[in-house]
Amino acid sequence: MKSIKTLGLSGAAAALLANPALAQEAPGLDEKINQTFANLTGPFVSFIFAPLPGTSFPWIVLWLVVAATVFTLYFAFVQMRFFSHAISLVKGDYSDPNDAGEVSHFQALATALSGTVGLGNIAGVAVAIGIGGPGATFWMILAGLLGMASKFTECTLGVKYRNEYEDGTVSGGPMYYMSKGFAELGLPGGKILAVLFSIFCILGALGGGNMFQANQAHQQIAGIVGDYPGWITGLVFATVVFMVIVGGLKSIARVTEKVVPFMGILYVATALVIIGMNADKIGWAFGQIFAGAFTGLGVAGGMVGALIQGFKRAAFSNEAGVGSAAIAHSAVRTKEPITEGFVSLLEPFIDTVVICTMTALVIIITQQLVIDPATGLYMLNEAGTAIATVDGNSGVSLTSAAFGSAFSWFPYILAIAVILFAFSTMISWSYYGLKAWTYLFGEGHTKELVFKLIFCVFVVIGAAANLGPVIDFSDAAIFAMAVVNVFALYFLMKVVRQELASYSARLKSGEIRKFAD
Amino acid sequence: MTAKIVIGLDGTETGERALEFAKTLAKRIGECELIVAYVIEWSPYTFQTPEENALRHKRREEEIALANSRVVEPAVAALKAEGFNARGVVRHGDVAETLNAITVENGASQIVVGRSSADGFKKRIFGSSTQNLVMHADVPVTVVN
Repeated sequence: MKSIKTLGLSGAAAALLANPALAQEAPGLDEKINQTFANLTGPFVSFIFAPLPGTSFPWIVLWLVVAATVFTLYFAFVQMRFFSHAISLVKGDYSDPNDAGEVSHFQALATALSGTVGLGNIAGVAVAIGIGGPGATFWMILAGLLGMASKFTECTLGVKYRNEYEDGTVSGGPMYYMSKGFAELGLPGGKILAVLFSIFCILGALGGGNMFQANQAHQQIAGIVGDYPGWITGLVFATVVFMVIVGGLKSIARVTEKVVPFMGILYVATALVIIGMNADKIGWAFGQIFAGAFTGLGVAGGMVGALIQGFKRAAFSNEAGVGSAAIAHSAVRTKEPITEGFVSLLEPFIDTVVICTMTALVIIITQQLVIDPATGLYMLNEAGTAIATVDGNSGVSLTSAAFGSAFSWFPYILAIAVILFAFSTMISWSYYGLKAWTYLFGEGHTKELVFKLIFCVFVVIGAAANLGPVIDFSDAAIFAMAVVNVFALYFLMKVVRQELASYSARLKSGEIRKFAD
Repeated sequence: MTAKIVIGLDGTETGERALEFAKTLAKRIGECELIVAYVIEWSPYTFQTPEENALRHKRREEEIALANSRVVEPAVAALKAEGFNARGVVRHGDVAETLNAITVENGASQIVVGRSSADGFKKRIFGSSTQNLVMHADVPVTVVN
């Protein structure tokens, strides 16, 4: 996910969000709308992102990291014990050949990944490293590894309590395990949680999963071709999104879904090549990461600063605990819900431990961060808010500069990748929002069409408007999903433990075995 | 023992000629079962949108029903009308691998297919399904022009 909260820390990204063209057209009205909206939603936003007393650590990040730790311990390090089993499942070793033609584990994983991999992995990591130093990487990886257990928990429940309709379509996600799971355990309040979650999910889908993406895509295009009104990008994007989600035009979605993973692989491969070209500095880079993790190496806030940035980045990037992945994973064809839980635990691994770490390593190894030769510590910029960089870059431009220092053409690829990632994230979130919408209002063609049209309208608004407060709010909505979701997971985790015990026993006894090919 | 022949159809004219050839074979063999197979090209490693995933089960049923009603059932009915022992199979998967799997599962002794009409570019890179089948099948394959 691409959180403006983290990006907002970089002056460049914040400036990008302001659209002077629109503000000039209607200075009074535009300003008024923004102000009114900010006033209305301000308390909610401040509450969600409030720091713990006496620190700058947002409690919501601690909430997610604590949850991930609890699930890791409760399931006795399931992310390590079943890591290779998860890979076997994705490869299809345990898939019944008679189910050929149904959604495979690989497809469910790829779909969920295309919703999370994006700007956060490229720009967000640069912000984290820029402020927290190389040490932030260590904490980011740690939080990513812990987050695997959260994903495992929510996705197992997502499949277990999904609705399967007579026509063969499925609907799943936190709202279904909240209402059905709580009822099964005889707990009250499941329905209320589900409704709350659905409301936050719709707001998050329209905001962070839509307007923010449209806005960032416009900034990228404007950065290449020069400035022009955002509503033009908005209309083009909205038209394409409309054709995909309303018109069911599969070709566009299919092209995107093919190009996006290709871009992801190209990104990681390029990063590996750059790291390989600087092979002599790999040891040094890891030294910086470990030293920085525990001493801070002079970054603002020292070790705690590095830790906050790392944890934040991981939590915001892989969405573990937010509940969105539970919706994406619930379409898989399996008789054992827990198998999808195993598969989903690869998601934070790929998103955070692999892709985010690649970004971090490239920035460190190409020496974008300025080190004081006298002390060996990082030098801060003039404002003292972040580490000084070679060209004064931050956010996505820092990543771009790091890759560009090795391959001058890469920034163009990166810009295209960001635009495509934004588009695929929109498509994913349109579905998450739709599922929450149909949970609240019921399934039906007209009802679904209403949401899809609203979604398309918000694409235009997102690309055109000055969105500071709107995006603050929609980001807060996404993390409000996590508050409700994690709360429910604590009550339902014993269900997952029973599934885990039963499955492990049958795997051990040989009752569950690979299909011979 | 009944001899079994798998006939791979792809809904085109060459499939009809494969059927004709298999009938000739079956007449010569005598006691012979004809298995009419239609494979819907599908891979578990494609990328799909969440919505496509949610609808997948429904689509799969529709694809199978369509393949049955358009291709397999008419062929089986025609064979039966002519007095042959015949049945149909519809599966998803890689065409060559799946046809071979159907053959192995049923203990069939050979496969008859029509020459495939794959388009140029894909064929040059990956070879056609027919080529793959001929190269990798566990039983003799007859390709009918």
